[in-house]
Amino acid sequence: MPSAASEQSLVSRFQLRFRRSEAMRGYTLLSPTLTIVLLGLLFPLMILVTLSFWKQEYVDLIQTFTLTNYADFFRKKIYYLILYRSIRISLLVMLVTVLLAYPLAYFIAFHVKRNKMIWIILVTIPFWTSYLLRVFSWKVILGYNGVINSGLMSLGIIAEPLEFLLYNPIAVVITLAHAWAAVAILPIYVSLEKIDRSLIEASRDLGESAFMTFIRVTLPLSLPGVIAASLLVFIPTVGDYVTPSLVGGTRGIMIGNIIQSMFGKALNWPLGAALSIISMITVTLVVCLLLGATQLFRKKVA
Amino acid sequence: MSEVIISINNVIKDFGSVRAVNNADLDVLKGEFFSLLGPSGCGKTTLLRMLAGFELPTEGTIHIDGQDVTLSPPNIRPVNMVFQNYAIFPHLNVAQNIAFGMRKSGLSKQELHEQIEQMLELIKLPGYGDRGSNELSGGQRQRVALARALIKQPKVLLLDEPLGALDKKLREQMQIELRLLQQQVGITFVFVTHDQEEALTLSDRIAVMNQGNIIEVSTPGSLYEQPQSRFVADFIGTMNFFDCTLKDFSDGIAIGEASELGNVKIATPQTIVSPGNEFTLAVRPEKFSISFEQPDQQYNSVLGRMGPSAYLGDRSHLYVHVEGREYPISVALQNLTGVLDQMYTTDRKVWLTWSDDSAVMLPMEG
Repeated sequence: MPSAASEQSLVSRFQLRFRRSEAMRGYTLLSPTLTIVLLGLLFPLMILVTLSFWKQEYVDLIQTFTLTNYADFFRKKIYYLILYRSIRISLLVMLVTVLLAYPLAYFIAFHVKRNKMIWIILVTIPFWTSYLLRVFSWKVILGYNGVINSGLMSLGIIAEPLEFLLYNPIAVVITLAHAWAAVAILPIYVSLEKIDRSLIEASRDLGESAFMTFIRVTLPLSLPGVIAASLLVFIPTVGDYVTPSLVGGTRGIMIGNIIQSMFGKALNWPLGAALSIISMITVTLVVCLLLGATQLFRKKVA
Repeated sequence: MSEVIISINNVIKDFGSVRAVNNADLDVLKGEFFSLLGPSGCGKTTLLRMLAGFELPTEGTIHIDGQDVTLSPPNIRPVNMVFQNYAIFPHLNVAQNIAFGMRKSGLSKQELHEQIEQMLELIKLPGYGDRGSNELSGGQRQRVALARALIKQPKVLLLDEPLGALDKKLREQMQIELRLLQQQVGITFVFVTHDQEEALTLSDRIAVMNQGNIIEVSTPGSLYEQPQSRFVADFIGTMNFFDCTLKDFSDGIAIGEASELGNVKIATPQTIVSPGNEFTLAVRPEKFSISFEQPDQQYNSVLGRMGPSAYLGDRSHLYVHVEGREYPISVALQNLTGVLDQMYTTDRKVWLTWSDDSAVMLPMEG
């Protein structure tokens, strides 16, 4: 009997401690996510890191530590140039997407009075079709015999199809900006929606015009949404390889295409792994720079 | 003092098919503490927002300091507003909030800094300039909102229920401070509230509104003691109403008869109806005297039976049932002594009396 009693008290003591500890409850809530992150992200990442320090000779993996792959990146200009181009294209995509998304999010947050939900659903509609299909549809629009060219030709504005529409970085930017629009609109909308309307009235009341109110109140307060949107667009697009390979042509090749070919046709997994690691680090650096810049802007506006 | 600073002429505001403000006609004098008082949805906030420029009148004109501002945008009006929720900018600290409206003031950094310090001094928050706006309590936010508006030296300060979110003690303290501040800076205040006690405490004059209409504009004392309508009498404080017929009127004394009270006598310079017609007699709870013996007067006394009573510390509320009357008469007594007696036990017979200059004649209402 005494042993049963002490066992019971042990259980209840544990329960008590569990209920008291905020951190314990937090970890319990996190545990499913934590498990997935550990198994699905950290583990493959470690394989990737290990792989990047090995070497490929024809079909054999040489499993000894070497820095050859990283040295290759800095020795052969092509990788460096393509990574630089990828960052540039993604930054441009980010800029275009956020600039296009902001007015729409602003409109939904401030000027749609009823049925906001319908607008939100409409925004997400492109997501209902597959990513590949959306990219292909841009190919149809921009192509040699595409919608724009045949349209302009039938109107007699041009005699020959325009060739500069497709297979270049601009086509990549247009396609990606469209593909990621909803991802940018939603966080910006949420941050705008949260802004207390009386803050905007207070600014007008204190003598600022509508435009200066936007600069001094609305924009700084919606900055968290803008930053979230920027990162959500920038980070995944750097590594994208579907869009550049379909509409980018040779001038629109991005780092994702190189990495994909290293793991595929070129059969050089260690180099592919090293390129992945390098582009991951580069993206992290660029993101840090972006966050620093927004901090500066915030200080300046205040 | 008697210079008109705000002149509202026949202002109408419609929201779709709903008329929020109906034919408002109002003058506010320079240096005045003016309150707009009324129940929720009476149009007081809409009227204030039209003064600020956030709503534009459907009809009518608004002049502030001699200028027609009817259709002017808010940023060029010589008024500033303290919002109900204070609208403190969350991304700015206290000093930046106060300085917000001074971008175009042409002051040097040093001058502006001095002015901000002066303002912090005025609102009794010296040294709070670097505090983040989320570190402030409700009362402090309210003060910062005041400072942010006052630093602009507006002709008129508009206040939209600024004390509504504060607890009772703090609220009473802020009422006194607000009044002192207004006298100190000498700016005209237009104050919106649904709290009649607050309006009475603070205001030089009050406009009572109901359903979009301005019912009565007067000083707190005359609104309370000599209301002109049943709505005002009922909305401000507590009032007992009795149906009455006027019998006679001469030499400033009106004699009437009420089915529930018997003969009544009212001291009034003039009557609102001629003899033979009906009116409403209104008596405040605190105007009654209570006794257990039949008083020696033929007018203004009624026999009743004690109903429930409520002890409120400084005073007691008693309810006295009178034969033939649906609702008990509300009576307020000052608790002058500290003796906890049980005199006013339920069902005890009591006589209520009141003096002839404490009752008010009001027109009958539909």
